[in-house]
Amino acid sequence: MKRIPLFPWILIFLGFLYFFLPLIGTLDFSLRLVKDQITLEAYKNVVTSARFQNTFTYSFIMALWTIVAATLLVTPTVYWVHLKLPHLRPIVEFITLLTYVVPAIILVFGLIRIYSRPPLSLLESEIGSDFLLVMGYVSLALPAMYRSVDAGLRAIDVRTLTEAAQSLGAGWRTILLDVIFPNLRVALLSGAFVTFAMVIGEFTIATFLARPAFGPYMANLGQTRPYESTALTIISLALTWACIGMMQLLGRGAQGQIAGTR
Amino acid sequence: MQTAQTLSSRSAPPSRKRNVSFAWLGVVPFFLFAALFLILPSGILLVGAVQDKQGNFTLANFAGMFKGVSLGLVAAPSQANLLGLTFPLPFTVDFQSNSMINAYILSIQVSVVTAFLGGVIGFLLAYAAVLGGLPKFVRSALLTFSGVASYFSGVPLAFAFIATLGRLGFVTVLIRNIFGFDLYMTGFSVLSLLGLVLTYTYFQFPLMVLVITPALDGLKREWREASENLGASAFEYWRHVAFPIILPSLLGTMILLFGNSFGAVATAYALTGGNFQLATILIFRQIRGEVLQDPGLGYAVAVGMIVVMALSLGLYYWLQRRSERWLRR
Repeated sequence: MKRIPLFPWILIFLGFLYFFLPLIGTLDFSLRLVKDQITLEAYKNVVTSARFQNTFTYSFIMALWTIVAATLLVTPTVYWVHLKLPHLRPIVEFITLLTYVVPAIILVFGLIRIYSRPPLSLLESEIGSDFLLVMGYVSLALPAMYRSVDAGLRAIDVRTLTEAAQSLGAGWRTILLDVIFPNLRVALLSGAFVTFAMVIGEFTIATFLARPAFGPYMANLGQTRPYESTALTIISLALTWACIGMMQLLGRGAQGQIAGTR
Repeated sequence: MQTAQTLSSRSAPPSRKRNVSFAWLGVVPFFLFAALFLILPSGILLVGAVQDKQGNFTLANFAGMFKGVSLGLVAAPSQANLLGLTFPLPFTVDFQSNSMINAYILSIQVSVVTAFLGGVIGFLLAYAAVLGGLPKFVRSALLTFSGVASYFSGVPLAFAFIATLGRLGFVTVLIRNIFGFDLYMTGFSVLSLLGLVLTYTYFQFPLMVLVITPALDGLKREWREASENLGASAFEYWRHVAFPIILPSLLGTMILLFGNSFGAVATAYALTGGNFQLATILIFRQIRGEVLQDPGLGYAVAVGMIVVMALSLGLYYWLQRRSERWLRR
């Protein structure tokens, strides 16, 4: 009765072909800067270029700010909604879904229109533009962060933990920092990795806010330096891979990205 | 009186019972953020869309999107062109080539096709891995790769496909060397609409794998055995039992994939440099000030996109509710 599942094997084979061929193609291309030779020259050119170092550092720092801001914004809110305002949950959930309804290109269109003129002319200063970029990224990261923290809080008994801490005389600072946060460590880390993977190479918002970020640099390089840009593709893919791999190590599984930074 | 209230709200720990609850203060930062960086930006586009250049209320911008369209459902048969495939239509729809609405039609075509393709490929892969009797490691490998691939998008993805299917791409050269056959002689190009669809599908199908795998896991063995005992063939089991159960989540995910592709811009821009007049590309160029002398028209196009996305999300929730109701019975 037992037979070799030929049809499923063929499907999986074709699927993996679709998955791997572009990766192999990119890797192959990135190694051929010098004619008839396999070389890491393109990688060397990229990594040693000052533009790469500057834009990557910039995007890295912005990604960290995004993670900090998203964590500080989402965690207390979701905790509070769980504990005190369960009737607000649908509204909060709805807001996290707005990110899906308003794609990045539309969001940045609106942001420019509001924040490039008085009374809120944030875009006139560097720091204001950076702030706006981080806020835009927080919007993009909102659904992933929310889902992660919400799942984390569902897994623990928030009310009992809070009341136990209160009856032992803990203040709100202690409750949040010493009781709730440690229980959410895994959820927050996984949210952080997803956020990082999403925003490190983000193109649309960074372009229109005229930020010296990694995504626009990559797009720019693609027009003039094909080999270097594929090397960059491999580098950024390795980063994504590392982030998602860390997330899966943390045991949260992959959720997949919807909308966001396409 | 008001100062007293503000003061007490600041000093009172919200846990203690008061006559007036200040618990809502805890969510103020979140709602403030949402108002400033999500709702206000979309709102301002809506306001701009219903204003003329002098700031008076008008619906002319939305009307302008349809300019040049004569939807005179003439009974004359015609053909619809969907990504190179032609379909006969029982009526004639006439679009002027520079009409805004064409950007939507192209965007919707690409999104429908990639959502469908991604959905079918993702479903078949998940089916093979979960129910195909393959070793366990295939399944976990598939899920891991899907997790990564669903984040592989935007500029790098476009580069990867150019390096693979471009004129000197890896696969193009491979096919030429092995089969002596030049893809580009057939009119194929990675910069064509077909290339765009193939590229988009790369980030579409993994999402379907991730969503549909748990649903397939949920198909109980007993259902299959019960159907077999009642004399059902494998096809009848799928037709009458398994497929109806997973259909809502299959369709629901395809709708999410639709939105995923509809809002995408970085991939298309990096791949084709804005050659295709997708709705997102149109807005991209509008912000740059390259097209549309009329700003109001740009806002109207943006608002139209929000409407399409909102409709698709609404449809998704409606489907989800239906599937839940069905499962409870």
